[in-house]
Amino acid sequence: MQVKLIIAAIKPFKLEEVREALTSIGVRGMMVTEIKGFGSQSGHTEIYRGAEYAVNFVPKVKLEIVVAESMADQVVETISSTAKTDKIGDGKIFVLDVESAMRVRTGETNADAL
Amino acid sequence: MKLSRIVLATAVLAAVPTLGIAQEEAPGFDEIGPYIMTTLLFCMAGFLVFFMACGFAMLEGGLVRSKNVTMQMTKNIALYSVAAIMYWLIGFNLMYPGDFNGYVGSFFVPTVLDPVGVAAADAALDYASVGSDFFFQLVFVAATASIVSGALAERIKLWPFLFFVVVLTGVMYPISGSWQWGGGWLSEMGFSDFAGSTVVHSVGGWAALAGAIILGPRLGKYKDGQVNPMPGSNLALATLGTFILWLGWFGFNGGSQLAMGTVGDVSDVSRIFANTNMAAAAGAVTALILTQILYKKPDLTMVLNGALAGLVSITAEPLAPTLFGALWIGAIGGVIVVFTVPMLDKMKIDDVVGAIPVHLFAGIWGTIAVIFYNGDASLVTQLTGIAAYGVFTFVASLIVWIILKGIMGIRVGEEEELAGLDVSEMGMEAYPDFSKG
Repeated sequence: MQVKLIIAAIKPFKLEEVREALTSIGVRGMMVTEIKGFGSQSGHTEIYRGAEYAVNFVPKVKLEIVVAESMADQVVETISSTAKTDKIGDGKIFVLDVESAMRVRTGETNADAL
Repeated sequence: MKLSRIVLATAVLAAVPTLGIAQEEAPGFDEIGPYIMTTLLFCMAGFLVFFMACGFAMLEGGLVRSKNVTMQMTKNIALYSVAAIMYWLIGFNLMYPGDFNGYVGSFFVPTVLDPVGVAAADAALDYASVGSDFFFQLVFVAATASIVSGALAERIKLWPFLFFVVVLTGVMYPISGSWQWGGGWLSEMGFSDFAGSTVVHSVGGWAALAGAIILGPRLGKYKDGQVNPMPGSNLALATLGTFILWLGWFGFNGGSQLAMGTVGDVSDVSRIFANTNMAAAAGAVTALILTQILYKKPDLTMVLNGALAGLVSITAEPLAPTLFGALWIGAIGGVIVVFTVPMLDKMKIDDVVGAIPVHLFAGIWGTIAVIFYNGDASLVTQLTGIAAYGVFTFVASLIVWIILKGIMGIRVGEEEELAGLDVSEMGMEAYPDFSKG
């Protein structure tokens, strides 16, 4: 069975809610990274000691989730419905093919490794 | 420091014969009480002022970027320790030479403490023990050196900085200090600076200003006519540092009463605590409101500087003002900070922590403000003192910085600065999160 990698950048405060929703549909693992970046939200300006400066990268949380192909659509749907606030900067979701996967402890591969 | 040691030394000599006559009886509390209380005041106040070294370290550590924190901490503990040694070796007796020409005392007279278990008859009964006096004065000079370290952060090499501290704490500060607190020409003239708005704070500020000019701004700070802010790494540490300095200031100003042996003296010390606190609060609130109005959001780093500027402003006369007087004197200190921090940036003088606005500009203001509540002070004399300290310290500092620049270079290379001084100069990171786990 094919394996998919889902990369999602979401608002940091949505992380816990998204994690709960994903585990409730059977996702058994994810990688989480604090990141900064820009998209259509772009940045904003801040003031430090009387001088204005642009903050061009805003903080987001990046999720990397590897699941069996059959689950991929459901995962994307769950992330998008949970992380949505209807305001600019809600994030992006990407789906990629994974060539192979292996569980380090047992050597199981692909969908068995997840 | 309203009393000079000369007067005291004379008084002690005069008192010796009397004590000799009363030798058979143990001295009563009336005789030794003031000595004990004042010695205690110097010790307690000295501990508080000592802790200001920690306050400066935390403030500076919070306002520099994380790649320079190890260097900033190293500079702070080293400068305090260097100051302690230099003040013993040269500084203390150069600053308090007793009878001298009023301009420069004698060099290389290391401090000698009272003998172990000194008898009451041999002690300076109308003042305090040498050990407490030396310690109390020593923690002041360390504060001056700390001021310099903050302004020059993130680009200066460690060793040239410490050489400057040797000269500042061993020679420059004691010479100019002797003019006022050592009973020199400025104190003769009637200049008034109770705890050191000028003698300590603006001296540090002038030395920092000279250093910042010779050193130049941090790379990328001023680009294409724009100020490019470099936000500090930890505003919680910077706030902790400010609170510690605020606490230490009670010792700084309160201890400068230099006496606690009478109802009047101990009451004055408490009066000073209350005024000192009021000035700091007024400086902080003023900066809070002003930055809200000017920038639509309050700027914490300016509020911290505002509190410190309030403290520096009241330091030249913390005793005479009413609480309302302390309030408006401190508030003007807060105004000065909010307007002079951006002004220095316009002049492309890069002061990382705001040391020059806080200690130099507010120090000048505080020294002028003495005339409003102290009837013995005159504007002309106050301005003379401010100018004398300014010219001497600024010129001497410029010379020392230029010599150090010529001999060993004072600034790290471009690559080292971009990598951060922790990696390039120290080989040790303050926050090595990813090194080994």
